[in-house]
Amino acid sequence: MDSQFTATAVNYWAIMPILIVFGGALVGVLVEAFAPRSSRHSIQVALTLLTVVLAFGALVWKSVDDQGSTLAGALMIDGPTLFLQGSVLLLSFVAVLLMAEKFGSAGADAFTPMGAAVPGSPLEAAAARAGWGTGEVFPLALFSIAGMMIFPAAGDLLTMFVALEVLSLPLYILTGLARRRRLLSQEAALKYFLLGSFSSAFFLFGSALLYGYAGSIQFGQISAAISAAGVELDGLLLPGAFFVLVGLLFKVGAVPFHMWTPDVYQGAPTPVTGFMAACTKLAAFGAILRLAYTGIDADRWDWRLAVGAIAALTMIVGSILSVAQTDIKRLLAYSSIAHAGFILVGVLAFDITGVTGVMFYLLAYGLATLAAFGVIALVRDGNTEASHIGQWAGLGRRHPVVAGVFALLLLTFAGIPLTSGFTSKFAAFAPAIAHGGRMGAVLVVIGVLCSAITAFVYVRIIVLMYFSDAKGEVVALTPSVLTTLGLAIAVILTIGLGIFPSPVLDLAGQASQFLR
Amino acid sequence: MDNFPWLTAMMVVPLIGAALIAALPSAMAARAKELALAFSVATLALGVGALTQFDLHSMQQFQLTETHSWIESFGVSYALGVDGIAITLILMAAVLTPVCILAAWHDVPEGGSREKNYFAWTLLLLAFMVGVFAATDVFLFYVFFEAMLIPVYFLIGGYGGPGRQAAAVKFLLFSLAGGLVMLAAVIGLYMQGPRGPQGFLINSLTGLNIDPTTQKWLWLGFFIAFAVKAPMWPVHTWLPDAAGVAKPATATLLVGVLDKVGTYGMIRFCLQLFPDASEWATPVVIALAVVSIFYGAFAAIAQNDLMRLIAYTSISHFGLIVLGIFAMTTTAHAGAALYMINHGFSTAALFLVAGMLIARRGSTKISDYGGWQRVVPAIAGVFLISGLSSMALPGLSSFVSEFLVLAGTFQRYKGVGAIAALSIVLAALYILWMYKRMMTGPRPEGVVHRDLTWREKFVVAPLILSFLFLGVYPKPVLDILNPAVQRVLTEVGVSDPSPVVPAAAATESEK
Repeated sequence: MDSQFTATAVNYWAIMPILIVFGGALVGVLVEAFAPRSSRHSIQVALTLLTVVLAFGALVWKSVDDQGSTLAGALMIDGPTLFLQGSVLLLSFVAVLLMAEKFGSAGADAFTPMGAAVPGSPLEAAAARAGWGTGEVFPLALFSIAGMMIFPAAGDLLTMFVALEVLSLPLYILTGLARRRRLLSQEAALKYFLLGSFSSAFFLFGSALLYGYAGSIQFGQISAAISAAGVELDGLLLPGAFFVLVGLLFKVGAVPFHMWTPDVYQGAPTPVTGFMAACTKLAAFGAILRLAYTGIDADRWDWRLAVGAIAALTMIVGSILSVAQTDIKRLLAYSSIAHAGFILVGVLAFDITGVTGVMFYLLAYGLATLAAFGVIALVRDGNTEASHIGQWAGLGRRHPVVAGVFALLLLTFAGIPLTSGFTSKFAAFAPAIAHGGRMGAVLVVIGVLCSAITAFVYVRIIVLMYFSDAKGEVVALTPSVLTTLGLAIAVILTIGLGIFPSPVLDLAGQASQFLR
Repeated sequence: MDNFPWLTAMMVVPLIGAALIAALPSAMAARAKELALAFSVATLALGVGALTQFDLHSMQQFQLTETHSWIESFGVSYALGVDGIAITLILMAAVLTPVCILAAWHDVPEGGSREKNYFAWTLLLLAFMVGVFAATDVFLFYVFFEAMLIPVYFLIGGYGGPGRQAAAVKFLLFSLAGGLVMLAAVIGLYMQGPRGPQGFLINSLTGLNIDPTTQKWLWLGFFIAFAVKAPMWPVHTWLPDAAGVAKPATATLLVGVLDKVGTYGMIRFCLQLFPDASEWATPVVIALAVVSIFYGAFAAIAQNDLMRLIAYTSISHFGLIVLGIFAMTTTAHAGAALYMINHGFSTAALFLVAGMLIARRGSTKISDYGGWQRVVPAIAGVFLISGLSSMALPGLSSFVSEFLVLAGTFQRYKGVGAIAALSIVLAALYILWMYKRMMTGPRPEGVVHRDLTWREKFVVAPLILSFLFLGVYPKPVLDILNPAVQRVLTEVGVSDPSPVVPAAAATESEK
């Protein structure tokens, strides 16, 4: 080793989008500290949206021409990274629009006016009366977004771990900030935090084992070590790979590491749930792809069967348990578990077309799920969200547009042709059959059967909305211009990716080669 | 006019109509039905135009073709084209839709946006029906196959009678489950083909050399979807429920046209793409078809619900169609293809006339009628003719096709042909007994209803004309169908068994 210190080369243009998002988050913290309370919300929303747009612009105009490994291999700015980062930014843009909804109150409607106040305490009531708002959700979201952008770009285990923490910690806080049903929200935050830390520990332990095996934390070196080495250290390799995968599979909500998903999805403020469901899943699958395709790929014959079993379990448990749900957010949580299984089927194809399919699926599913949670936030019974599905009865008659949008999104989740759900399912399943061997074919058959089960669940809600008589005083609020814009973007893209998916598919196809 | 995209136009026109009707302001909602009728008639006119461009002696399998790249990275093209079977089915759909719209004139009495949507869904369904028969790309076919479920689902679930929700969900789940299994097979089939940007075209996938085991699995994936759709015993249970609660016009389109996608799919995909597997599966399919024939017939006899009865007769008839397809003789095949058309019209007549009766009596129970030929003699007469056509009375259209199917089946499978022929007796039983229970007997006291109105005359006239015309002179339609039938059987690689005429019994010359 050189005794002399050499500065690490940094390709600033390649990582500019990440830097912009971090910068925006830091400015957001300052805004929270110094801007007058009355204008904080507007400034924060504007700043956050501007940051996301700037980062996206930097990504599209500059980073694409500056691909390569940078920061001594800690970050790999390659096709998949850029596609996933761009998707995170696009989805975050929509998510921030939905988070900013005020419905006429002083701060963002979904968030408590004072996170530190005891639920139901005089302090909380006073904060609400004074018109306080939790403006820090926006910088928190930006920090999380930055973590999500690093996650799929990580070139070594340590960077991946740091990204995992950077994206998770703000989410734990965001989860606990719901304005309504605060105890449920805080319980969800605590659960998420405890289980999340637990899975992080798994990830770290696995990293240590892999380091012990390969003598390096860099994916390229680990991969090379697996190809070169004999069997004497296999006792480190397999547990290492397994524990690292556990840490990542936890984040996507794969069975049996899914237990947190329904509770957290239900407890978190609805826009945050949408943000988590769309962006966290995207970033975590990006990390899984990176790890599985460039890190421990040479060893895949040892672990692919186990991950295949996890994928099958995830699809089956997710779809079957979604049948029994009566809370719409929990239902979508189980549906997201099932979708994680479908995506895993694509991951297991171990082919470049599998990467394309998975990336397309993540984007399409993210848009649909964001819009779905956006719609859920609109449907109210009195002052609370009407989250029991029985309350949605007859919505189609009273609010045809809201119900129509939600029905479309449900059909998308069900994978009906001409929606993005179908295209993405096809994009993920086709490589699995083509390159996944017998296991791929079996997984696809399980996948389509589970799709039929989940279709039953979605169709039941459509039945309820359109063919049942209304009960109670459930109304859909009229969203603000920003929320409408966010929903419109998501819905139009959902239809667009269903009917004319070629441009995005081609883009994903060109961007699916990992740098090693 | 050589390059005019007839088939696309036949989809675009009803789509525009559907969009227009859906967007009508509520003040204009009452105009929805006139608009729907106009658009469906325009579609029919386009269909007739397409027929004039159809060349009976073409060497190509598909005519009026349009091919555009759609999703290149999947190998999917927007490819349309028709052979004789497809174009007759499309025309049948194009004829039945205006007839159904006319029959559904007062189906949604409360008017307003509900009525508007009813006709918009019907037109949307027409567009998909054209698309599903015209698609010559397996993926595109699948897209239409699944997308079609949505309008039907809303038509049943939103406008049907009591129990409509459960029936609509059952319909959707059966179809979706079958369809999703097919999706796996569709992907698998693509992988066996040449792949590439046009890898899903039927032409690229015909005549492949697929490993026998794989071929059997793929065949099964397609067949399950089509068997659910057709529907065959034992996956038929959704049909009586769906048709029983749906509006008569919806039931007509569902049973008359949509279910034909199942039998059409068997010809186009199961037989053409997997000839070896089809031959391998023939015994089982024929057994299932025979069970369907008799199960449907017996169940029909046992019904006291008019709509369900007609639905069960269809299950029996679909059994015959499937039998004709898998008997794999030219005669049986042509009969099956012709039967698809005839069954469409006679079932339509039965459902729609039944709908007229139900509209007057307000009940679907057969036992609530009796002596009605004295109340509404003209409707009773039309009902009888429709029934007679459905039970294949000589001189009416279904007879020709049923005879061809049975005769063709007999060429290869004597026992099966003989057993299946017994269904004619059962058909007479369920139709005539239904007629007896509903129409004959003393005139019910104090029951006065209007007989056939002008609108209703326009509904039944084209249907009865089709019975008489196709019953007496089926040649024009058979001329269109035969080249297509020949071609499919050539792809499968079977030829008709040569007739064995024992020297001693040479006088017994009939085949």
